[in-house]
Amino acid sequence: MTATSRVETIVTAPPAPEPSRIRLSYREAMRQALRDALRTDPRVFLMGEDVGRYGGCYAVSKGLLEEFGPERIRDTPLSESAFVGAGIGAALGGMRPIVEIMTVNFSLLALDQIVNSAATMLHMSGGQFAVPLVIRMTTGAGRQLAAQHSHSLEGWYAHIPGIKVLAPATVEDARGMLAPALADPDPVIIFEHASLYALEADVPPSVEPVSIDRAAVRRSGKDVTLIAYGGTVGKALEAATQLATLGVNAEVLDLRVLRPLDSETILTSVRRTRRAVIIDEGWRSGSLSAEVSARIMEGAFYELDAPVGRVCSAEVPMPYARHLEQAALPQVATIVQSVRALIGE
Amino acid sequence: MAEFRMPSLGADMDNGRVVEWRIKPGDIVHRGDIVVEVETDKGTFEVESPIDGAVSAIAVQQGTKVPVGTVLATLGEPTAAEPRASPAARQLAAQSNIALATVRGTGPGGVITIQDVQRAAAAATPTKIAVAAEPAELEAAVDARAAMRRAIAAAVTRSKREIPHYYLSTDVDLSRAAEWITSQNVRRPVTERLLPSALLIKAVASALTRYRDLNGFWVDGAFRPGIGIHVGMAISLRGGGLIAPAIHDADRLTVDQMMLALRDVVARARGGRLRGAEMTDATITVTSLGDQGVTTVIGVIYPPQVAIVGLGKISERAWAADGKVSARLTVTATLAADHRVTNGHYGGLFLAEVDRLLQSPETL
Repeated sequence: MTATSRVETIVTAPPAPEPSRIRLSYREAMRQALRDALRTDPRVFLMGEDVGRYGGCYAVSKGLLEEFGPERIRDTPLSESAFVGAGIGAALGGMRPIVEIMTVNFSLLALDQIVNSAATMLHMSGGQFAVPLVIRMTTGAGRQLAAQHSHSLEGWYAHIPGIKVLAPATVEDARGMLAPALADPDPVIIFEHASLYALEADVPPSVEPVSIDRAAVRRSGKDVTLIAYGGTVGKALEAATQLATLGVNAEVLDLRVLRPLDSETILTSVRRTRRAVIIDEGWRSGSLSAEVSARIMEGAFYELDAPVGRVCSAEVPMPYARHLEQAALPQVATIVQSVRALIGE
Repeated sequence: MAEFRMPSLGADMDNGRVVEWRIKPGDIVHRGDIVVEVETDKGTFEVESPIDGAVSAIAVQQGTKVPVGTVLATLGEPTAAEPRASPAARQLAAQSNIALATVRGTGPGGVITIQDVQRAAAAATPTKIAVAAEPAELEAAVDARAAMRRAIAAAVTRSKREIPHYYLSTDVDLSRAAEWITSQNVRRPVTERLLPSALLIKAVASALTRYRDLNGFWVDGAFRPGIGIHVGMAISLRGGGLIAPAIHDADRLTVDQMMLALRDVVARARGGRLRGAEMTDATITVTSLGDQGVTTVIGVIYPPQVAIVGLGKISERAWAADGKVSARLTVTATLAADHRVTNGHYGGLFLAEVDRLLQSPETL
């Protein structure tokens, strides 16, 4: 982890002249955000399966146990319901817990705690008890982890009032979303797509909080809006590059916030481009892509020049075999194909 | 592609203002459908489509005054099905008055996209400007009453200058007709009662079926018989206006239908809701001034028609018949006719036929 130590050096030596940008991976960015939060707020602690001695199943929290000790970097038993419930209790007790769940598939064991307790507590207590809890979890496929570790169920959480759902797709967002999520008085779930951890980008050296309210235009275009989030943003950008060679100028919109959806930014873009293709690693039926499509229909119907297109995962349990897994997922080629079909080429 | 032009709603009409379109691009219209309301010096009229078709484009915007003959809209072949078009394309087409039926679609499966409409709109623009530029000089504020007066003046001047009128007059005994009307009205509520004018006009129309040379037009030095007997009813409007909308196929109406038609046309004439065809189709005019106490009306023919029938006051007068003098309900019917088309003999036979028909009202 040479990159990590380089970052640590820079962060711990502020007087030295800082380079304007540093190269950082999504994983390192997330770790930097965790460290920053643990340092600046004594109420913050990290809890989850293998987050301590193992360093996190995706190595996000590597080194944090050594730095912050077992009180604040807590390994938990393999019981999502129990440790998410403990996190809710800690939040109610005045702490600012960060609970890591290994994958969204496993989070279903904690669904009762999240949906019935965390999301409803403020309402059920008549506004007396907020739950300032942050839950981080991995989502998505692409690493041959098969059908019990690879699904994209974030759309389910985006259905639930009472929680905020974030999907950082860039290194900057991976680093910058944690602080505002912790500052939020209500439960916030951060979905980290497993394929993004190795993503690298040049970013400013220090942690800059980012908006957790707005979607972002990652590439400007005039012919079609590609709406993506998390793991599909990169694919949408690559598709836009290929489309440009075909004379199609695609705009790429990163949702960033899955709940509440930033309808305004979506509609502003689609009203301009008049076409939209939503790229969602979730299954098409009853999906987040369906919600985005419906909002476009409600808010921009008369501006549309083509039906809203969707590129989603095949409606099968995610296959293990690499070629089948790739075939089941939204791909750059299918995005390009879908856009060309909309435009009539 | 057919052109729908500002119609001439009478010989005295030079221009008209498009008051309200009843169609929009893409609409399918049938012959006889009301497509536009046009205001002339004589009032506002509803104009029907002369053909079947699909509206391609509206060339003259509402509120614009244009000369007779100006293309108001273009009509294309009606398409079998609405073309598929995106919502954005539809919206722009509606805003730009472009008929989707006339736009070539380049989207997937030939669907019309907004770009296709933009191209069509760009192509259509020059025509619109050319038409819109015209009416500016015509827009000089016109006092409507004075304009109506001028229109009437033009028509009657032309009539008296060009048409060699001859005049005939006959007193008609209306006793039987009045009795018949009374017997009919006994059973009816007030709103459905017959008025003598319905019977009189029906008699005129029926008589014309045998004297067709009084029914038609003098055009380009020759008589052109009217197709159908469409009796123009001279109606006075508030403010000194005069108008004579046609009651179509008056000879084929029953007396009851005639009564309904009269009520309808008078109400619409006063409400400014007449149709264009009613202004152009009349083949003869009937003018009735009996309500003003006039005994005899000697009319001025409305060109290019060739005859006008005048009806005076229906009143009791001393009537000698069968060696006795008695009080009878009578009316004086007159005929002013174009001598280029008919002679007095023919006109006299016509008035006699009107008289004969009114003696057996139950057969009308």
